[in-house]
Amino acid sequence: MGLEQIYSEILSEHNNSKRNKHHIDNPTTVLKGVNPSCGDEIELELRERDGVIEDAAFTGIGCAISQASTSIMIDLIKGKTKEEAIELSKLFFGMIKNEITDEDQLEPLDEAIALKDISHMPARVKCAVLAWHTLENAVEGEHAANHEH
Amino acid sequence: MNPYLDDFPVLKEPMNGKRLVYLDNAATTQKPLSVLRAVEDYYRAFNANPHRGLYELSVRATEAYENARHQVKEFIGADKDEEIIFTRNASESLNLVAYSYGLNFLNEGDEIVLPVSEHHSNLVPWQMVAKAKGAKLVYLYPDATGHLTEEEINSKITPKTRIVAVAHVSNVLGTVNPVREIAEKAHAVGAVVVVDCAQSIPHYPVNVKELDADFVAFSGHKMLAPMGIGVLYGKQELLDKMPPFLSGGEMIEYVYEQEATFAPLPQKFEAGTQNVGGALGLAAAIDYLKQVGYDTIMKTESELLRYMLDGMAQIPHITVYGDTTGATERCGVVSFNVDDVHPHDVSSILDADGVAIRAGHHCAQPLMRYLKVNATCRASLYFYNTKEDIDIFLASLKKVRGWLGYGA
Ligand SMILES: Cc1ncc(COP(=O)(O)O)c(C=O)c1O
Repeated sequence: MGLEQIYSEILSEHNNSKRNKHHIDNPTTVLKGVNPSCGDEIELELRERDGVIEDAAFTGIGCAISQASTSIMIDLIKGKTKEEAIELSKLFFGMIKNEITDEDQLEPLDEAIALKDISHMPARVKCAVLAWHTLENAVEGEHAANHEH
Repeated sequence: MNPYLDDFPVLKEPMNGKRLVYLDNAATTQKPLSVLRAVEDYYRAFNANPHRGLYELSVRATEAYENARHQVKEFIGADKDEEIIFTRNASESLNLVAYSYGLNFLNEGDEIVLPVSEHHSNLVPWQMVAKAKGAKLVYLYPDATGHLTEEEINSKITPKTRIVAVAHVSNVLGTVNPVREIAEKAHAVGAVVVVDCAQSIPHYPVNVKELDADFVAFSGHKMLAPMGIGVLYGKQELLDKMPPFLSGGEMIEYVYEQEATFAPLPQKFEAGTQNVGGALGLAAAIDYLKQVGYDTIMKTESELLRYMLDGMAQIPHITVYGDTTGATERCGVVSFNVDDVHPHDVSSILDADGVAIRAGHHCAQPLMRYLKVNATCRASLYFYNTKEDIDIFLASLKKVRGWLGYGA
């Protein structure tokens, strides 16, 4: 596997960049995502209009993997419909669970594919999926909360 | 060469293609061959349900189990075998005291005093008691080196105090708490003292008389024994007046349709079939610890601790929590952070070099908040660690920031 790949440039770049880490104007949804066992804590802000995620950003603290995963996700979902965002999250969970490995199928995940090898690091899976779970809950409403992947 | 290494087969398991450097001893220790053998021998040669069968095999199992209890009693300097209750772990022991003593002998307005550094196991059960009884939790806050000062203790323990719950050694900072002084103060106001020895007994001699403790809890698995066996010591006069914690088989005397009478100590608190294999493993662990000797354990660990703290001080961008000067008594538990790097990333990076450390809140969220950190890394020592282990740990630690694209 190689930890090198996981902590590749993309990750450290994202971790260092504050590009997506801020508040947005007039968010329509603000939702907190927490991994209590490790203390990762993010707050995702979305602004939707006519079913489209017009803007997104996050605040919070966490490890490089959770922060990078969140930031990459935000790049991906901006301008997408809610349905498209949910599709992406399903694809991401499939990749992290090592259920979807086909490169073509994963293509829509773009930069998030850099996190593929986390599927071999069970201890870190929850860091990678935190943002995506939070997104799912934000879009589908609280009833979808707390299901484990 | 460390003479004990050969007794611990796990320590020879390769990890990520490297030699395992096990520095998570505060979470659980590895088990020596003699402990593994004791458990195996039990299941091979005399497994039977103790206290129940009237045949030879069961009598032998009962004897072995009761001998293990006697050995624990001797080891911690208790008066009577009846004062030793076998549980699953320290958490269960502390819950037993909270449910059986706390819920029955506390009243509204009473105060439970405890350090903010307590493990959740010695904190959440007291929150439960406080909520149920309208009692109040009063916290002791440590000074900058992690120590509880006399003024802090004297100002918080008052005539309202009914229980003082305190860890002998902190699982985050390695601080040795002044249990004896706390107990003296607590007893002067008529409070009972519950001491969590989970992190002390693996490294320090624990004598319930010297600590002047009313209850003492610890886990076997942190002191070389198998998981699933723990101990609660309680003074007989307290245990006698407490109702059973769990009920069912083994802990009764006579059972009628509407009521039952309970077995005497210690069976009153040991409902259901017990972990006899675990108790024998614990007895073997005690033998092993005695053979190594606490003097050797403490000397080895304090040398390694000094070496580790000195090495860490040479690496830039590292913050160590608690006492780093060696000015005060301290165990080989070191909590630290690397600037700009989350503890989880530190732990994953060290893991790639075969180094096992803990990262997270260490079941001490109130302390984390008090220290104003979200989480820490924690490296914890045992007598089977070596200088070479520390060298590998330090070399790996030096590389951490580079991995994440920061300068050294
Ligand atoms: C100080 C302290 N108390 C209690 C516990 C709980 O031990 P166990 O999980 O074995 O019940 C631990 C271990 O994590 C500990 O370090």
